[in-house]
Amino acid sequence: MDAFILQILNGLDKGSAYALIALGLTLIFGTLGVVNFAHGALFMIGAFVAVTMQKIFNLSFLTVDETQKDFLGNPLKVETPYVEAWFGDAMGNWLQDWSVPLSILVVIPVMFFLGFVMERGLIKHFYKRPHADQILVTFGLAIVIGEIIKAFYGANPIQTPPPTAFLGTIDVGSWLGFAENTIAYPTWRIVYFGFSAVIIAAVFAFLQFTTFGMVVRAGMADRETVGLLGIDIDRRFTFMFGLAAAVAGMAGVMYAPILSPHYNIGMDFLVLSFVVVVVGGMGSLPGAVLAGFMLGILQSFASMNEVKALIPGIDQIIIYLVAIIILLTRPRGLMGRKGVMEE
Amino acid sequence: MLGLNSRDFKLFIIVCIMALVAPVLLNPFPTESALGQSFNAGYPALMQRFVIFGILAIGFNILFGLTGFLSFGHAAFLGIGSYAAVWMFKLLSYNVVPAIILSVVVAGLFAVVIGYVSLRRSGIYFSILTLAFAQMAYQLAYSVLTPLTNGETGLQVYNGDPQILMSAGDPTVPHFFGITMNGQTQLDLGGWSFTFQNGYYLAAIFLIASFYLSIRIFRSPMGLMLRAIKSNQTRMSYVGLNTKPYMLAAFVISGMYAGLAGGLLAAMDPLTGAERMFWTASGEIVVMSILGGVGTLIGPVLGAGLIKYLENIVSKINDGILHNWFAFMPDWMDNLFVTLIHPFIGKGWHLTLGLLFMAVVIFLPGGLVQGGQKIMDMFSRNKNTDAKDGAKTPAE
Amino acid sequence: MGILEVKGVNKRFGGLQALGDVNLSVQENTVHAIIGPNGAGKSTLLNVLVGKLIPDSGSVMFDGQSVLGRKPHEIAQMGISRVFQTPEIFSDLTVMENVLIPCFAKRDGAFRMHGIESVADEKGLNEQAEMMLDEVKMLDKRHMTASSMSRGDKRRLEMAMCLVQEPRLLLLDEPTAGMARADTENTILLLKDIRTKRGITMAIIEHDMNVVFSLADRITVLAQGMPLVEDTPDKIKNHPKVREAYLGEAQV
Repeated sequence: MDAFILQILNGLDKGSAYALIALGLTLIFGTLGVVNFAHGALFMIGAFVAVTMQKIFNLSFLTVDETQKDFLGNPLKVETPYVEAWFGDAMGNWLQDWSVPLSILVVIPVMFFLGFVMERGLIKHFYKRPHADQILVTFGLAIVIGEIIKAFYGANPIQTPPPTAFLGTIDVGSWLGFAENTIAYPTWRIVYFGFSAVIIAAVFAFLQFTTFGMVVRAGMADRETVGLLGIDIDRRFTFMFGLAAAVAGMAGVMYAPILSPHYNIGMDFLVLSFVVVVVGGMGSLPGAVLAGFMLGILQSFASMNEVKALIPGIDQIIIYLVAIIILLTRPRGLMGRKGVMEE
Repeated sequence: MLGLNSRDFKLFIIVCIMALVAPVLLNPFPTESALGQSFNAGYPALMQRFVIFGILAIGFNILFGLTGFLSFGHAAFLGIGSYAAVWMFKLLSYNVVPAIILSVVVAGLFAVVIGYVSLRRSGIYFSILTLAFAQMAYQLAYSVLTPLTNGETGLQVYNGDPQILMSAGDPTVPHFFGITMNGQTQLDLGGWSFTFQNGYYLAAIFLIASFYLSIRIFRSPMGLMLRAIKSNQTRMSYVGLNTKPYMLAAFVISGMYAGLAGGLLAAMDPLTGAERMFWTASGEIVVMSILGGVGTLIGPVLGAGLIKYLENIVSKINDGILHNWFAFMPDWMDNLFVTLIHPFIGKGWHLTLGLLFMAVVIFLPGGLVQGGQKIMDMFSRNKNTDAKDGAKTPAE
Repeated sequence: MGILEVKGVNKRFGGLQALGDVNLSVQENTVHAIIGPNGAGKSTLLNVLVGKLIPDSGSVMFDGQSVLGRKPHEIAQMGISRVFQTPEIFSDLTVMENVLIPCFAKRDGAFRMHGIESVADEKGLNEQAEMMLDEVKMLDKRHMTASSMSRGDKRRLEMAMCLVQEPRLLLLDEPTAGMARADTENTILLLKDIRTKRGITMAIIEHDMNVVFSLADRITVLAQGMPLVEDTPDKIKNHPKVREAYLGEAQV
């Protein structure tokens, strides 16, 4: 039982990432009707915002301390991060330590801006083009973004630790009444799950309870009719693109401590997230979230040693297998609506 | 001629000649000259890639170009073909004939299964299903089926392999009944040097045959049906045609082309790895077809050649070469240009590829062939007398 | 015994009774019109006939064989052709190719692996397609792309695609919907012409009473999914129930 719960927990953080990316993909698809292959790149940019913030907070200047000598007998050169010089040691250290969560504040405006630019500058011109063209142009964009990141940050994964307060593990088992230390789980992953849950809830609440959200949902259901009502759908949809980008970006920032960012993570996650969207049902937001968590947890179960002993390598292919089976038995996915993408 | 109309026959002859004299044609500059070092493409390793990826793109075009079904997992068949061929080398002998036959057959069998499942859906679902299958194939090859694929290391022939048909005097490299693939004849003419390699010519003959077959398919009733499917599936079924077997046939033919390309890759160099099936490889196939011109006969071949050529050149260029080129400029300008171009060359090839790709999709959805036609039209607008004939064969 | 026999067909969508116990018999070599106000179930009935919808109960026999459970292409191969409200043609192909495809379908069946033969070498089929185009006066446009046609031409092209297969039954779904007066007149003439020359059995769904009364031999009136009455045009015109339910506002 405890092993079972541990696997569910293990699946949650990956599932959260899938769910957040799939949510954004679905928002974009549902509102704009565009299949965005560059969405994974937005997730990656988010992760690299965290990397960048960490680098900025660690930018230092050199001073020569004549009173101390290094091992060669030369005056000691001391590196002082700017943030420590400006805000004092305590504040500086805190900023460095908390660079990942603080990046959230930066990533939201950055991603909204990037989302606007992408939508107005490129995607807009592809609304009337075939889906194949949309896939192709966003696919090209994803390559370009990935390569730009590679040019600036190199090809190797960059370690991005969470705040020290969230290092280590939490004994989830004892909360649930199990013996101590049977279910120990990394603290940051729990933070990630909680964070994702909040974001998902916020997006749903936004769509459910604001007029803006209502119009967007109506637009997702029937774009033409809502357009006929004289509501400026396009402007709202541009905003939705920004929102989807921001969600992907936040997912990326918070994921950086779990998986060291490198220029290809966007694509790795994108392929899986597409599978998630399709399994959940194209255009269905709850479907995307449900399928994201479901596939994350399934993947985690498949990577248990007991399962792998039974079917070697099942953890590598389980998601694809499930996707294929679901698409064949429930062609519209778990919660897909009739008439979406069926022409 | 050969069952082709005169326009198609001309195109076919041009492709034949190009393929056969490529070793000369692609070496326009003296070998030792600076231009030759950078721009000559007439050496066997590169020309092999031109024709093999040409075959791959021709096959992909039969699916995507005719029916509009965008497969995002076509590299899987390439990889499967390669694995099948290397296994033939391991089990039988280095003769390429059984290897190539098996690579086509095995890829075809996989295409039947994958196609049968994927074709139950269309549009974006089809693309994602094929992508999922290809990624699954990649993962299987990379880690799960290690005994069959030798995992990360890649599959190759070892001394201990059975090679049951191998007799004492046989070459220990891939060969066609004794003619080794890497055997070559060099012709030196002044500063020029041309290399004619057996392997290249084998691949070129397959390219010519593949191209011929693709013209026949394009002009056949089946080709017409496939284009009709792209245009209107509803009308297809109300006319009394079953679209499923037509689609499956196109998918399998296209998969067999990819298998052939994979077998040829292995015949040129008898090893293979899972990365050949990675989704970026599938993406590259799509890029080639789009760049050349989807649904046109010659486009995919051009696209494949151009991509492989650019990849080769762009990867070779470095800052030193750039400084040489811009040496006539003032220093500051020279440096500025080199700095600006630097991210796009050498290791920046993929960036260039991505930008090129976007540019083609945005500005030239019809690819190079359509671009060429537009330019031709501009010049010949005045003598526009036989426009009717032009409309008759939209798929050049 | 008619060529098409619909017996006791029911179809519900959720709570809505789209078709309730519909009986219909189309006799060979007649034009049978199905009329009724919006929502009367005309389109549902048509979709049942072509295999797009499967009714909850009842039977649909075409020439003695049941069509239920068959796929649209199988039903088409049985000899039922359909003309759509908005012409369904192969817009990316040339006019000639549009007509050639049904020729192949008629000759070779639902699927044939003919990937090596050349379309141009099929002299017989090419001639057949050209004659058909000549009949609908589109031979001069045969090399044009279908998408560049006018709406009237598209309608005639679709008609040609159906006729070239020499169907036993031609289903027409509001063939004049949204057409200008002149186009409507032309379509009526075209249909009359087809009728006299080829003697094809037609079932036609139509709003335009003008079209219905100038073409039909028999008329079935549907209302709320039920067949209200079936009779000759003259009788229908004067039928009190029909006038009340349908024609009252139409002022024939």
